Amino acid sequence: MTKKIGVIVNPIAGMGGRVGLKGSDGPDILERAKELGAQPECPDKAIIALRQLKEFNEGSLEIYTYPKEMGENEVRAAGFDPIVLGSIDSGHTTPEDTIQAAKDLLGQKVDLIFFAGGDGTARNILDAVHEEAAVLGIPGGTKIHSAVYAINPKTAGKLALEYLQGKVRDLKESEVMDIDEEAFRADILRAKLYGYMKVPNEHRMMQNLKSGRGYGEEAALDLISRYIAFNLEENVLYIMGPGSTVRGVMNKLELENTLLGVDLVYNNKLLDKDVNEEKILKHLDRYDSYRIVITVIGGQGYLFGRGNQQISPKVIKRVGVKNIIVIATKNKMYSLFGQSLLVDTGDEELNAALTGYMQVMVGYGESVMFPVTD
Amino acid sequence: MNKPYLRTDFHEARWDEPMIYEYSTPGTRGILIPETEKAIVDAVGDVAASLPESIRRKSSLELPEVDQKHVLAHYLRLTQETMGSNISNDISEGTCTMKYNPRLCEQLVMHDDFAYVHPEQDAETMQGILEIFYKFEQIMKEVSGMDRFTFQPGGGNHAVYCAASVMRAYHESRGDTKRDTAITTIFSHPCDAAAPHTAGYKIITLFPDQNGIPDYEALKKAVEKTGDHLAGIFMTNPEDIGIYNPNIDKFVELVHSVGGLCYYDQANANAFLGVVRAREAGVDMCHFNVHKTFGTPHGGEGPANGAFGCREFLTKFLPKPTIEFDGSKYYLDCDRPYSFGKVRSYFGTAGVILRAYSWAMMHGAEGLKTVANVSVLNNNYLEKLLLSIKGLSRCFNDNGIVRQEQVRYTWEQLKNDTGVGTDEVNKRAGDYGIPWYWASHHPWVIPEPMTLEPCESYSKADLEEYYLSLKAVAEEAYTNPELVLTAPHKQAGYNLLDPAELDNPDSWAMTWKAFKRKHGDKYVKVK
Repeated sequence: MTKKIGVIVNPIAGMGGRVGLKGSDGPDILERAKELGAQPECPDKAIIALRQLKEFNEGSLEIYTYPKEMGENEVRAAGFDPIVLGSIDSGHTTPEDTIQAAKDLLGQKVDLIFFAGGDGTARNILDAVHEEAAVLGIPGGTKIHSAVYAINPKTAGKLALEYLQGKVRDLKESEVMDIDEEAFRADILRAKLYGYMKVPNEHRMMQNLKSGRGYGEEAALDLISRYIAFNLEENVLYIMGPGSTVRGVMNKLELENTLLGVDLVYNNKLLDKDVNEEKILKHLDRYDSYRIVITVIGGQGYLFGRGNQQISPKVIKRVGVKNIIVIATKNKMYSLFGQSLLVDTGDEELNAALTGYMQVMVGYGESVMFPVTD
Repeated sequence: MNKPYLRTDFHEARWDEPMIYEYSTPGTRGILIPETEKAIVDAVGDVAASLPESIRRKSSLELPEVDQKHVLAHYLRLTQETMGSNISNDISEGTCTMKYNPRLCEQLVMHDDFAYVHPEQDAETMQGILEIFYKFEQIMKEVSGMDRFTFQPGGGNHAVYCAASVMRAYHESRGDTKRDTAITTIFSHPCDAAAPHTAGYKIITLFPDQNGIPDYEALKKAVEKTGDHLAGIFMTNPEDIGIYNPNIDKFVELVHSVGGLCYYDQANANAFLGVVRAREAGVDMCHFNVHKTFGTPHGGEGPANGAFGCREFLTKFLPKPTIEFDGSKYYLDCDRPYSFGKVRSYFGTAGVILRAYSWAMMHGAEGLKTVANVSVLNNNYLEKLLLSIKGLSRCFNDNGIVRQEQVRYTWEQLKNDTGVGTDEVNKRAGDYGIPWYWASHHPWVIPEPMTLEPCESYSKADLEEYYLSLKAVAEEAYTNPELVLTAPHKQAGYNLLDPAELDNPDSWAMTWKAFKRKHGDKYVKVK
C-alpha cells in the first residue's frame, strides 16, 4: 500500500546556535545571525534524515512537500521526486509559511508529517496540526526542549521509516515546549509547555528519553488513571494540573478537561475549568480539604514552574506539600533516572520544602520515590 | 576444552518447521487406543455421564491429528533448534544463574524408586522422599540461618508471594490490619514488586543513588510517608546489577523500627553461598531459587522451586503441610491453624528437591563455599576482559565498587557510535554459537543493557571464548554495522516482522485457537 509522508523544512532553524544566539525566532535575531556569519544547518540535517527513507520500496512512498528551501530542495537532494504544494517567497520564509505548509499536508491526509527545525518550528506545526496527524521532528534547531524530536537526524529518518513500514505503531502524546516568551521579556529563560502532538512511540529514538521500553503508553496511562480515579476521596477539592497524564485521570472520571490548564474537581464533578491562580485561591477558601494532582512536565522533569504556573506558591502552600499527588508513566520516570525532578516555583522557601524525595504514582497502587531538586 | 575457540563457522540447525497444528489432517491417528473391554464397560458404565453437566465438554477436543512419523520429525527438529542450551556456552543469562546440571542428578530422578512415587500416597509409603525433603531443609537452614523452610512454592516469584502471605498473616495475627504497603528497590528482582502487589500490597519502589546503591535517604522518606501502613520490605541482595547493598543493616533496622518485616530475595545467592547468611543480615525471611543456585535445571528444561525460609516467630504461618520427623518416621503436618494456607498443591517439586539435595551433598559445606568463590572469580575475570572491548562499559562504571558474581554492562557507547544496540549485539552473538544473553528486565533503567553471570561451572576457556565472541561482534558493529543490524544470519531464530506486535494483545496469541481467530490463515504455512 502506498504511504504518504509530508516534509517541511524550516530553512533558517538552527542558524542562531553556532553564533551564540538563543534560537533564530524573530526577524531581528535572524538578521543578527546572518551578520555573524551563520550558515543554514537545518537543510543538511533534513537530507540526512530523508536519505533513510531510501529503504522504502520503490513506488510505494509518496512525498509531499513545500517549494524550494522548505523541503523540495532537501527531498530532491535525498534522491526523491516530491509532489510540491503551495508557494513561498524564497529567501524570506516565515513561521506562517510553516503553519500553512502543515495545514496543506494535513489536507493531503499524509501518514506522517516529518519536519526539520527547532522548538519554534514545533510550535508552528502544533498550531496547524494539534493531534490530528502523526508528526516527527528532525532536530535541526538551536533549541530542542520539545519531546517531538528524534535524538539525531539519522535516527529521525529510521524512525519515520519504521513507522511508515508499520514496525512502530504506537503513538505517544509528546510535549511541545519552547521558551516562555513572557518570562523571556523579563530576562528569565525558561521553557513553557505549549501543547502535545502525537509522535511514533519508540523511546530509544526520541529526545530526552534515553532508555526504557516495554509498556504501551496507553496501557500505562490507563492503570495510573484508574488508580487515581477509583481512589478519589469524598469532600476533597482536587486541583488537576495540565498535561496528558492528568487528562487521563479526567477522562477516566468522564469529565471535561483543559489539556494545558488547571481544572477543579469536587466529589467526582467538574467544579471549574481552566482556572487561574486567583480562582483557585477563591475555591480553596470554600473547602477544608484539598489535593493537587500534577504530572512531570517535559524531558527535563519539571514538577512545578513549567506549564502549571497557575498552581502558584500561594496555592501550593495552602494545599500543603504532603497533599501533592504526582503521577507519571513508568517509562517517563525510568527515562529520567540519573536526573532529579525539578521545582522552580519562584519561591525559594517553597522550593526548599519541595526538594528531597517525592512519591510518584506510576501504576495501579505502584509508586517510586524520586529525588527532587530546585 | 582447554582453549577458547571463536566459532566463526557456526551454524545452528534450522528447519522450516510449521506448527504441529498445521500438520493436522482430520482422521489421521498416531496411535489407535484399544477399545475398552466389554466386561470393564459393563462394570464401570458411562464414566462421562457421572460427571456434572457443567464440566462436560460440548464439543470434542481440538487436538492436532498427526501420524507418528510426523510427530517424531516435528519434535526432533525442534530439539535441534535450541542452541544446545545447558551444554553450550551459557554464561549469558545474568540474574538467572545458569550453570551445568550434573547428569548424575538426572539419573536419580529417572530411577523407578523415585519416578513412581505420587504425593497422594500415604506418608508411610514414601518415607524416602520425605526424608530427602527433611534433610534438604536442614541444609537450607544451615546455609541461610533461618529456622524453618517450605518447598511448596513452585519458583522464585511464588516464594516471594509466599513471603507476602506470611507477612500479612503475621500482621493480622497481631490485629494490625492497616499495613497495606511494601517497599522494594528498582534493581531487585521485579517479582519483589510484582508478587507482593499481586498479594494485594501497594508498592513503593526506590531508585538507587548516583553510585547505583539502594538509596537510604529515599527509604527514610518512604518509611516516613507510609508510617504504620508499612508491611515490610522486599529486596534482592546483591542486586541484579551485581552490587551489594552496603547499608543493608541500616535498611533492616529502619524497617523493623516501624514494625515492618524484612524479606531477602536470594536469587543471586551464587555470590555468597557458604560465605554470608540471611540471618546475620537481620532479615526475617528469605528464599533461594533452588533451580538456580542449587544446580537443578532452569526454565524450559525442568520445573522450578522456590525454597522459602523464615525465623521461628513466623513459622506458624508457613503454608501447609510441613514435613516433620518424630524420631522414627517422617510425616506431613496439616494441622496448622495459623498457616496462611497454600501457594500450591502438595509439598514441593520433588524432582527438583532430589536433584538439589544430591547436588548439595556432592559439594559438601566447603564445596558450596567454593561455588561462590569461583563464581566471583569467574565474574571478575570475564569483566576484566569485556571492559577492554570498544563500545562496552558497565553501569555505574566509576563508583569504585567491585561487582560480585554478575555485572550489568551497557552498550550505550556502541549504540551512539554505530547505531548497533544491545538487541542487535545479542542477535549477532548467536551467530557465534552463544545463546542469547539477558539484557535486563523491562523497562530498561540502564541504557542498552547486557547482564552476564558466569557461574562456577564455566572454565577459563569458556570465559575467553565468550569474550572473543562479543569482541568480534563489537568490531563488526564498527566496521560493518549492517551485518550486525540484520542478524541473526546463522540461527533458527528469526527477526520479528513487526516487534510492535508483541505489545498488541489483538495480535499475539497463546493458543492455536486464538491464533486462528486473530489472524485467520495469514501466517499459516501449510495451506
